[in-house]
Amino acid sequence: MSERVAVRKTYKLFIGGKFPRSESGRSYLVQDANVSLASRKDARDAVVAARAAVKGWAGATAYNRGQILYRVAEMLEGRREQFVALGVPGDEVDAAVDRWVWYAGWSDKLPQVYGGANPVAGPYFNLSAPEPTGVVAVVAPETPALLGLVSVIAPAIVTGNTVVVATSPTQPLAAVTLAEVLATSDLPGGVVNLLTGKITETVPALAAHMDVNAIDLTGVTDAALAAELEVTAAQNLKRVLRPAPADHDWTVDPGITRMTTLLETKTVWHPKGV
Amino acid sequence: MFEYAPAPESRSVVDIKASYGLFVDGEFVDPTDGGSFKSINPASEEVLAEVAEAGAQDVDRAVRAARTAYEKVWGPMPGRDRAKYLYRIARIIQERFRELAVLESLDNGKPIKESRDVDLPLVAAHFFYYAGWADKLPYAGFGPDPKPVGVAAQVIPWNFPLLMLAWKIAPALAAGNTVVLKPAETTPLTALLFAEICQQAELPAGVVNIVTGAGETGRALVEHAGVDKVAFTGSTEVGRAIARSVAGTRKKLTLELGGKAANIVFDDAPIDQAVEGIVNGIFFNQGHVCCAGSRLLIQENVADRVLESLKRRMAQLRVGDPLDKNTDIGAINSAAQLERIRELSDAGSAEGAERWSPPCELPERGFWFAPTIFTGVTQAHRIAREEIFGPVLSVLTFRTPAEAVEKANNTPYGLSAGIWTDKGSRILWMADRLRAGVVWANTFNKFDPTSPFGGYKESGYGREGGRHGLEGYLNV
Amino acid sequence: MTATTTSARSDLSELGRSETALRTFLHGLPGVDQVGAEQRAAQLGTRSIKTTAKAQAIDLAIRMVDLTTLEGADTPGKVRALAAKALRPDPADPSCPHVGAVCVYPAMVPYVAEVLRGSGVHLASVATAFPSGQAPLEIKLADTRAAVEAGADEIDMVINRGAFLAGRYKEVYDEIVATKSACGDAHLKVILETGELATYDNVRRASWLAMLAGGDFIKTSTGKVPIAATLPVTLVMLEAVRDFRAATGRQVGVKPAGGIKTTKDAIKYLVMVNETVGADWLDPDWFRFGASSLLNDLLMQRTKLTTGVYSGPDYFTLD
Repeated sequence: MSERVAVRKTYKLFIGGKFPRSESGRSYLVQDANVSLASRKDARDAVVAARAAVKGWAGATAYNRGQILYRVAEMLEGRREQFVALGVPGDEVDAAVDRWVWYAGWSDKLPQVYGGANPVAGPYFNLSAPEPTGVVAVVAPETPALLGLVSVIAPAIVTGNTVVVATSPTQPLAAVTLAEVLATSDLPGGVVNLLTGKITETVPALAAHMDVNAIDLTGVTDAALAAELEVTAAQNLKRVLRPAPADHDWTVDPGITRMTTLLETKTVWHPKGV
Repeated sequence: MFEYAPAPESRSVVDIKASYGLFVDGEFVDPTDGGSFKSINPASEEVLAEVAEAGAQDVDRAVRAARTAYEKVWGPMPGRDRAKYLYRIARIIQERFRELAVLESLDNGKPIKESRDVDLPLVAAHFFYYAGWADKLPYAGFGPDPKPVGVAAQVIPWNFPLLMLAWKIAPALAAGNTVVLKPAETTPLTALLFAEICQQAELPAGVVNIVTGAGETGRALVEHAGVDKVAFTGSTEVGRAIARSVAGTRKKLTLELGGKAANIVFDDAPIDQAVEGIVNGIFFNQGHVCCAGSRLLIQENVADRVLESLKRRMAQLRVGDPLDKNTDIGAINSAAQLERIRELSDAGSAEGAERWSPPCELPERGFWFAPTIFTGVTQAHRIAREEIFGPVLSVLTFRTPAEAVEKANNTPYGLSAGIWTDKGSRILWMADRLRAGVVWANTFNKFDPTSPFGGYKESGYGREGGRHGLEGYLNV
Repeated sequence: MTATTTSARSDLSELGRSETALRTFLHGLPGVDQVGAEQRAAQLGTRSIKTTAKAQAIDLAIRMVDLTTLEGADTPGKVRALAAKALRPDPADPSCPHVGAVCVYPAMVPYVAEVLRGSGVHLASVATAFPSGQAPLEIKLADTRAAVEAGADEIDMVINRGAFLAGRYKEVYDEIVATKSACGDAHLKVILETGELATYDNVRRASWLAMLAGGDFIKTSTGKVPIAATLPVTLVMLEAVRDFRAATGRQVGVKPAGGIKTTKDAIKYLVMVNETVGADWLDPDWFRFGASSLLNDLLMQRTKLTTGVYSGPDYFTLD
């Protein structure tokens, strides 16, 4: 009896909840697979998808977003072995699951911790509350491929932002597999969009895109490129998260700065009278 | 008839020196290359004083002084002692209230009524508020042991000279930073009087440094390698340039930039208060306000009625001598600003909008612009899109709440917005959807040290005021 | 405000025919935001009125005073003295104008009328079971007729606050109409007793109700409840008369009463009149102060302006 011939997976992009190939028709060989090589046009399409998803996702209740992030953790837990098979250490998968759980709980707490009533000196009700900034372009860390990726996506989307992520160019398979997790977690299409390929190809287009509200340069290792992207991002005053130091420890408590940098504080005043 | 006689505030409470040096390391010093410029009274074009212009070497000296003070004195000082210095400053401001108010009106052109009743009370309150934070930073929500950033470079505009100084210096010092601040070149005098107040408070040398000058001085300051934090309030154009200049550095940046706020009036609004809010929204401080309600959106079914009331109210505005206690609208801050207001207003007329101003006599000398409204404005007009920063209101109409939101958000800016309606649930629905950092419902242009202020989109990032205002000055 | 179009003008007179129409109209008036109204009033209070403007304002304020005594202890002697003071507030200075009116209880009207006859100083009488208004309508109307017959040319009536707060607008309206009719040629001032109406929304509605029913003046207070005239209440009433004239073409006067004691206060009211309704109302025919002790303070300030020296209470008559 001959050995069964395996069915291989095609690793594609993740845009608007779908898995398209690059519109450019290109791919590149990495981790023994042909992975889509995203183009500037793919980046543009991803921004359109991300923008379209903002209203529904930002408008969803915090409870609902929290449940969906928790659902992502459940799905990821169930696919643990799939990531291990791709070479992701089991500990890292566990940490990634835990990170989703951690951020899931923030959805309905951050507005309380980071906002609140202000005791103004006058007859006014005055309340500050954080809101998502909108569409965030994210450069995921090169490594750790899964934990690093989860650690940049979750803080952006838990508060209601949508993201376009340039994944680790050298280890994209974990990202594409995570997309399959996301696609089966009740996460609305377009909230997370993943572009595999070269950072130098897609990210400058994202940094320049006038319908992107913020850029997270965490995964940019080339300091000159990071500076250049920051300059480009200034055109519409994108909020900027600067590159993480090379020795950044992804296993420690992430704190809330990643979330708060991608938030806007809105303060509402109203008189108190009869 | 009942004509108000002139009621001028006396300017004798202020002793303006003929010339001012830079305030570096606790002393007034001459600039290295001896450059200077004149600060004038925009209401009369009279020269008030000759002010030193800081060059790159002077900026460097100030940054070094700030660094030394940060490392040797202010950084190590217990929070409770920093608090006491800030409380001292707050009290001295209250004590020298009238002097500061008169000087602000002289140098800026704003009515004494506003410097006296709005600017100065808020300045003192801001120092008082942040003083209390200095020894409570672990409770501010940024972790158990938040650290200052270091030396802050701060560049402020001319529209609220002393208030913007307070918004910058108070949180910076409370958090343990030292500062080098550059006031605007047309309004440096109250910052220099503030330097004297620092001396009077015996604030340690180098904690606050004031370098006067124009754009080049500001550039040298924000680009100086020795600063850890840049805070800027001003135009979006300059903000963009600063964002580029700090790219690739570890400098923290907060920006409070331009705006083109929509003030939205529904048919069930408390009309008389809404009209007051519209007037306060655009004519407060000659419209030199980044969060001014410069786009009036009126529900079409009440547009005529609201406009009639608005025009009647505008006819009561008193334009003239900023030191007269009955003046509502003072002088435009500079010839250059007046030129910009004229240019955009002319564009409004040329593009077909209908222009109206109440009859009003403007003084011959100085820089003046009558309160003006444009009706028949559409989203496509320049006066509906560009920040005029003057007493010019563009009036548009809408039919439904959704259309109001769409028009209000249809701008690259996102600093503030106003909503006028008696229906509570509509206010909250609107407030959720408006992309603006401050939403005033049934009020406008209200400020408080405890209330965070700052914009969405191209109006900048970071917040000033409240607990949020500390974040830009802490390593979190 | 709700009705500024020409078509609405003819409709307003019909409103009083039905409870529903009145309610729909009054509840359709724009709301008043308390904080905004109070801030506007406070801002107007910061105007600085000096020198010539102050002199002008003081004389105008004197001419607008309804010099009032409404005490159980009032006697013919007391009210005659008050009337004499109304005619010549400052006996030492003939250039000092007389006040607008003397305001007394109906029983005191005949004694005041003797003094004021032919002087140009009006004679106001409170009526309609002042201050509570809690009497049968026939008695209130008889009260009114008696005052007019005794010589009053102005009647200060109180509205039925109980009916107003219970939402029986037509009952309030009908009482005002009936009282107006009982007044004959006398001017009718309608006291809203704003301190009991509690909200500015109510003050605006009551103002319109009084004007629709034919009141010639709307007046804040009886002076007999703890909260009398305030600047913001007067602001809301001034806005109402302004809007009423725009809607109907008929001008109605305003009278804040109670608690206005100093020249400084009076000038704040005049500034408010000036900047809210304008010069048309800066006249004793259209604006009055219901007050008693205010007059002496106006006189003291007047003397200060003419002599440059601060005066004292011993130099002004106590009546």
